[in-house]
Amino acid sequence: MFSLLQKPWPWYIAGPLIGLTVPALLILGNKSFGISASLRHICAACLPAKIPFFQYDWKKEVWNLVFVLGILVGGFLAAQFLTLPDQAVQIAPQLQKELAAQSVTRYDNLVPSDLFNWQSLFTLRGFILMVLGGFLVGFGTRYAGGCTSGHSIMGLSNLQWPSLVATIAFMAGGFIMANGLLPVILSL
Amino acid sequence: MIMKEEVDVTDVRLQDTVCVNESRLTHRWYHNLKYLLVGVLFGIVFVKAEVVSWFRIQEMFRLQSFHMYGIIGSAVATGMLSVWLIKRFHIKTIYGEPIRIAPKTFSKGQIYGGLIFGLGWALTGACPGPLFAQIGTGATVIIVTLLSAVAGTWTYGYFREKLPH
Repeated sequence: MFSLLQKPWPWYIAGPLIGLTVPALLILGNKSFGISASLRHICAACLPAKIPFFQYDWKKEVWNLVFVLGILVGGFLAAQFLTLPDQAVQIAPQLQKELAAQSVTRYDNLVPSDLFNWQSLFTLRGFILMVLGGFLVGFGTRYAGGCTSGHSIMGLSNLQWPSLVATIAFMAGGFIMANGLLPVILSL
Repeated sequence: MIMKEEVDVTDVRLQDTVCVNESRLTHRWYHNLKYLLVGVLFGIVFVKAEVVSWFRIQEMFRLQSFHMYGIIGSAVATGMLSVWLIKRFHIKTIYGEPIRIAPKTFSKGQIYGGLIFGLGWALTGACPGPLFAQIGTGATVIIVTLLSAVAGTWTYGYFREKLPH
């Protein structure tokens, strides 16, 4: 049983579990599932700088910060105790071929160590992937009023059509980046 | 549109639906621990289902694997059924409050911001949730990505009035 937990979980187990976060948070305290708002609360708490968008009582949203801290702890526990050592990440052969052309060949980590590491942070490629990428995630999710969890899962669960618009835009942006721009960026 | 602007100015917290759904009850701090527990379970699922994997996100956007579509699809189906059941049977919170879900209002930001987030999602291989989980798995450099995401959110707040919505 335990060794089964250590293997990667199939989508039909993980998907429903992720979906159950929606009723869990609602029933535990009327909280709408959402993650990117935590970034806003961090701004409101640390550097509101008289910007109206950050003038609110972030302490009332502390649950959200506690929740994302839990995600971090969950990531730690899963990596430490629920993962088999030296297990290579299985990836699609086609992707393997495409990435090999850009010298991404190590699959020892869910976060590819060829691309995301402290040394490459100061290369152009690393800067675009980590710093610019993160910036676009933070800017875009707040501009869109939510991320994959707030719109694509919570919003769609509640049949909100603006969330469908947002989800289509997320996917469109991802398709453009992964197929059009990223191959160029990876060969920098 | 003008109406909407006025509402925004009067109550900043309405600018973002996530901030309007607060409980009227006040709780001691340790009541927040239950959200920590949900977060921990959620983070474990994220890692074990490889949702936090940059490779899985690439496969999704390059249509090379069904995995992520299966996860998002079944998560949405489960969420929809749950919300329907909650509404149908007027299920209350554990504190006995009626459950309310704030509606999402449309703005052009969902298109522009959505596209911008999509670009970043395919670059980093992570939406905001996985960023936290990735740091937990030991990918410490992702702290930089997370801080950069906070900077992005701050920059949005700074320029918010000038951006089309």
